[in-house]
Amino acid sequence: MMSGNLARVSNGAALPLKKVPKLSPGAFRDCVIASVASGSRLVALCADEKLQLFAIMADDEAGILGMARTALSKPAYPALTPECPAAQLFEREMAEQQGLLPEGHPWFKPVRGHLPGRPGPDPFGRKPAEVLAGLIPFYRVEGTSIHEVGVGPVHAGVIEPGHFRFQCLGEEVFHLEIALGYQHRGIERALLGGPHAATLKMMESAAGDTTIGHTWAYCQNIEALSGIAPGPRASLIRAIALELERLANHTGDLGALAGDVGFLPTSSFCGRIRGDWLNLSALLCGSRLGRDLVRPGGVGFDLDGDRCLELRTRMEKAWAETQAAVNLLWQAPTVMQRFERVGLLTGEQAQEIGAVGPAARASGLRLDVRLQHPLSGSSQSLIPHGWDDPAGSGGDVFARAWVRWREMHHSIDFLSKAVSALGALGEGKKAERRDRPALGANQVCLSLVEGWRGEIAHLAVTDAGGAFSLYKVIDPSFHNWSGLALAMRGGQISDFPLCNKSFNLSYCGVDL
Amino acid sequence: MHRILLTRLAQGHRTNRMPNVAPPLPDRFRGLPVLDAKACASGCRACEAACPTGAISARKGLHLDLGKCLFCTACTDACPTGAVRFTGDHRLAVSDRKDLRIDSGEGLVLAEAMGKELRRVLGRSLRLRVVSAGGCNGCEVDVNVLQTIVWDLSRFGIQYVASPRHADGMVICGPVTRNMDLAVRKTWAAIPEPKLAFAVGACAISGGPYAGQKEQLGGAAEVVPVDYFIPGCPPHPLTILDGFLRALGRMPDQKTARKA
Ligand code: SF4
Repeated sequence: MMSGNLARVSNGAALPLKKVPKLSPGAFRDCVIASVASGSRLVALCADEKLQLFAIMADDEAGILGMARTALSKPAYPALTPECPAAQLFEREMAEQQGLLPEGHPWFKPVRGHLPGRPGPDPFGRKPAEVLAGLIPFYRVEGTSIHEVGVGPVHAGVIEPGHFRFQCLGEEVFHLEIALGYQHRGIERALLGGPHAATLKMMESAAGDTTIGHTWAYCQNIEALSGIAPGPRASLIRAIALELERLANHTGDLGALAGDVGFLPTSSFCGRIRGDWLNLSALLCGSRLGRDLVRPGGVGFDLDGDRCLELRTRMEKAWAETQAAVNLLWQAPTVMQRFERVGLLTGEQAQEIGAVGPAARASGLRLDVRLQHPLSGSSQSLIPHGWDDPAGSGGDVFARAWVRWREMHHSIDFLSKAVSALGALGEGKKAERRDRPALGANQVCLSLVEGWRGEIAHLAVTDAGGAFSLYKVIDPSFHNWSGLALAMRGGQISDFPLCNKSFNLSYCGVDL
Repeated sequence: MHRILLTRLAQGHRTNRMPNVAPPLPDRFRGLPVLDAKACASGCRACEAACPTGAISARKGLHLDLGKCLFCTACTDACPTGAVRFTGDHRLAVSDRKDLRIDSGEGLVLAEAMGKELRRVLGRSLRLRVVSAGGCNGCEVDVNVLQTIVWDLSRFGIQYVASPRHADGMVICGPVTRNMDLAVRKTWAAIPEPKLAFAVGACAISGGPYAGQKEQLGGAAEVVPVDYFIPGCPPHPLTILDGFLRALGRMPDQKTARKA
């Protein structure tokens, strides 16, 4: 149920800002809390530089999205988090970005380690030398037998930096706190007043392993705000690229999970096959990570008949090899014994923190942008839904692995239909490149894409000159990192690499 | 067990034949650009306006800084006369930052092998500590993939290690964010001499699309002495491996690949 105070919005459709009701701060707060209490999900909570707050709510079962806003008269307001835990990171983020103090926030700590862009005091009261990632007051469990383990920022592999702080009794983890921000390069600040020359490239590298997902979300906003439609052919090519990105990453994740429990056959096969999936993205656009494929107004490369044929042939081969490699996993009791009942995230917990994507689905939540808030004209209705299989809803490492595996089947189904559908659409003609078209003034647009980690949300608001007065990028990892922390509670610290991999969240996608 | 062995047989032998035979690259791959100042229409400078990073300049001839280039072809698309063209040549690593600035009609002065004494010490066993310092996980993905059986990095004696104390060098991805500055310096300091630094990707060379942002430092060379620069966004794994092998003096074309 969604509060009547919200303006209905659809994915990828622009709306004049004045159509979004401006509530009083009190009514805004009540509206968000009441919506969440009645089962809606908090997609975004963010602020512009002029103390204006926006909230986006989703009723996923009903496929409805709603938006509300309010204007504060001073940079402080009563925190929502005590009644709505899903708001906790959003409120900390607004404090750090815009200097807004959420009064009564129970976990009030910096998120990324930078100073607010808006002039005024730092709500965290940090000295200049303390404004760095990882400098937060960590929770500490007191007691003579308790020990603390700190890991990172530099980890023991080719991985992005982050700091993990464990409170343990022997092997048992009482609490894990995750400090990020090391990859912070100021993307959202740089977007203000944009789009600029480097904006598209920043979107492609917001989370570089999710290039298609983030760039599509961005381009959809630009297209809605400038009135340029990408056309069915380009939309379908984007959808194909999105599923290839999912297949590559899910294959890599299943291989890495196998590696973390010492099951080398699947680990080494999948490591290679992941490359074969990435090479299919390169067949589309020359880049294994899908760089320069998705652009405002369309795609940089067409897929003609011959290329479709090659895509289909190589895809079928890669899929057969993936199946052979991954099936070994399910057939190995030693692996299953390590996957099951480890790293539990219950459905209630997942809902409370606002988890998204495969991790949420593995805990039994039914949410998938492709089905519930489909992109306009993307033929994503061709994707079969994934919650027909109770095996993958137990919230443990096994469920998160199994959900990925089911999703890969759906992606393959989609791809074979989509490649045929593309042939039926006729040849594409190369559109003129317009990376930065003029945007409508005083508009707002929300764009959602179901990336391989889950819901990618981009919110764009333009000012009277058609420049961004707010651009919010929400990687699925933003919601899900606290899921990893919860999943570790009561577990063994030696299971951390396995649990971590079962979520496989993005650092740079959160740090921005 | 049976099944594992059968699957192993079916998956076959997949390691490519580097350094003697480079694996095929996709036809749409964008490698070394070639500039043709003679074809450049006088003073339109459309490429400069289109470039996201200011990598290209059409003032007094054509110049392109490969250290800033993201291989996005916005310049090619903007150019009315085809004066900028991207070839399929994946070899891009250099040992002098200046060599990445290319002019019309010029090739690239590819990386020199490390000195003789260094090669004696590290040539048959090079351990690298990879540090992501504001990277987007793009370069990291393509650095990491070299460990898979397709590339099998360890057959060249190259290995990524967890501890900087076990390392002979560092691979840096990302522009080096302010928040990673200290960690990069500490990691570098923990690597025993003699040591090498590789900057992988446009961000690590110049800040990439983030150049000029106050949250980052503008590349690895601002923090550590960089020996090798491997451009791209991200560079293809083949380009990265080519760079590593060039550092070791192991590429067969190394005697000949010199500026014409
Ligand atoms: S290909 Fe390189 S030089 Fe050309 S526009 Fe893109 S970044 Fe600039």
